[in-house]
Amino acid sequence: MLELALKGSKKFYGWLIALLVLAGIGFAFYLWQFNFGLGITGMSRDVSWGFYIAQFTFLVGVAAGGVMVVLPYYLHNYKAFGKITILGEFLAVASLTMCMLFIIVDLGQPVRILNVWLHPTPNSVLFWDTLVLNGYLLLNIIVGWKVLEAERNGVHYKSWLKPLIYISIPFAVSIHTVTAFLYCGLPGRGFWMTAILAPRFLASAFAAGPALLILLCLFVRKATKFDPGKEQIQSLAKIVAYAISLNLFFFLCEVFVALYSGIPEHIDHIKYLFYGLHGHGILVPWMWSSMGLMVLGIILLVNPTTRRNEGVLAAACVAVFAGTWIDKGLGMISGGFIPSPLHHVNEYAPTFPEIMITLGVYAIGAIVLTILFKIVVSVKEEVNG
Amino acid sequence: MKRNRREFLKLAGITTASVIGATSGLTMAEASGSGEAKHKAILAKNQKALTAKRWGMVIDTTKLQTASDIEPIISACHKIHNVPEMTNKNHEIKWIWEEEFKHVFAEQEHELVNERLRHLPFLVLCNHCKNPPCVRACPTNATFQTKEGIVMMDFHRCIGCRFCMAACPYGSRSFNFQDPRPFIKETNKEFPTRMKGVVEKCNLCAERLAVGKLPFCVEASNGAIIFGDLDDPQSEIREVLNTNYTIRRKPALGTGPSIYYIV
Repeated sequence: MLELALKGSKKFYGWLIALLVLAGIGFAFYLWQFNFGLGITGMSRDVSWGFYIAQFTFLVGVAAGGVMVVLPYYLHNYKAFGKITILGEFLAVASLTMCMLFIIVDLGQPVRILNVWLHPTPNSVLFWDTLVLNGYLLLNIIVGWKVLEAERNGVHYKSWLKPLIYISIPFAVSIHTVTAFLYCGLPGRGFWMTAILAPRFLASAFAAGPALLILLCLFVRKATKFDPGKEQIQSLAKIVAYAISLNLFFFLCEVFVALYSGIPEHIDHIKYLFYGLHGHGILVPWMWSSMGLMVLGIILLVNPTTRRNEGVLAAACVAVFAGTWIDKGLGMISGGFIPSPLHHVNEYAPTFPEIMITLGVYAIGAIVLTILFKIVVSVKEEVNG
Repeated sequence: MKRNRREFLKLAGITTASVIGATSGLTMAEASGSGEAKHKAILAKNQKALTAKRWGMVIDTTKLQTASDIEPIISACHKIHNVPEMTNKNHEIKWIWEEEFKHVFAEQEHELVNERLRHLPFLVLCNHCKNPPCVRACPTNATFQTKEGIVMMDFHRCIGCRFCMAACPYGSRSFNFQDPRPFIKETNKEFPTRMKGVVEKCNLCAERLAVGKLPFCVEASNGAIIFGDLDDPQSEIREVLNTNYTIRRKPALGTGPSIYYIV
């Protein structure tokens, strides 16, 4: 099936070349970082994780969001989603590829990465995270590829795939739960130390992933002869509406606990993010924008008249995606480090090379996504004649 | 000269062996000798080595009143451990350093805190916790706890993921954001320098204990830091703990710091 990715229009090749150039630029900056060390980033002794780990966290969510099409189709026999499960699975593959790359670019000694498996440490959440992420990636590649191949050949997929499909559902939940456990089990980091962190991660994942999927479906319908379907898009929109509402609700639960209890260790981070602390607050406008975007998303998605209008729906999905990206990709990680456990306020902002490396990783993810979606669309066009 | 060299080799041997021994167990002799009974590698142990069930420290802040009391202690440690003086504050490497009361005991701080305490320089370092969150977090066992309660780093195994830095509630860990070697004024050849991309911190002078010497900060403190076996009821440190009221940093987190403060 891979040959299907080779036959494309000029626009398709132009897009791929543009992405390759961006990836190449990112790689050049990475070589600089590899040579010099992580000192070319904005990270510091106090804020020891930054943009890379934040993108990783956000993208684990996008990957887990793929399960929102797999679960209704395979568990509840919701037939309409059969048409687009493959898109959800391949979106997960592209997202997980980026997750792996973000972990690698974040390591101080990337050549030693296999030490994680050479010296397995079951007490470390990071060890488990590498297992579930790789497991979920593998499951999605196998299931997605095999089901699509069967569709192309006009046969039912092999029965041995069924257990893998079922396993992939709890796996999707596990990748984001384990990723949340990276943070919420750390003593002395008040912002993350909340049992709602994993549920909140899942809620924002089930909003961001399907929101991106809706945008991709709208694009696919416009650019190709394959129509993912009106009903499918509307069902996804309802999922996004519930998930983003839950995310905001969980966040407000956190805010209530912190503010009403009045415990400084918990309040200080929220104060830093939304009002600034001791005169420092570069994230304040971002965080309020994030809240605004998520609220806007809820209003447009819950209301049936706006949701049914696909132009408005697209705007709502952009708002939800951007809002959750700021929430997780900007605020969540550095917000947990500021103030530091010794109550120093040392702010963080990504540097130019750091942003270029990040864009490079996103470009590689987009290449993977483009190729996989091209294959899907070609198969669908072929099958539907 | 010759003797110095021999001493160095002995020291290096012990340090390396203790690191390997503590992390991966000793298996090097097992590979050879087919059919024969399994051999065990024999660790040469210095007869003078200081040992304990659980090492700990009491820092008597009544004897460390000013920055000039503290400065020699910090520079003593940083010199022998090749701790670089980074020019970029974000990239600082610190094994033992000075903080104010409101930062060391943030949860105890209030507006009416005693004037002496408010301005007193406090020494802070790795707490060598009984229940260390950094060891729990490390995905490669590059940071580990020895049988004597010291939390140590294997600089050669560390992948630089910095999970331990997020896990440490005391900010005791530093990361080499770039090659530290150009920033070391005078290299002490008896202790390894580090490379970029790995985490480091206080090792309670495990390399000195192994040859019968006290931690260097203790030696440089003129009796202001009391060092000893917390599990030995007859030890001097237990006597000090028994006769003074001491506090530890963030006891509510359950990490069990081995560093106590007389305030």
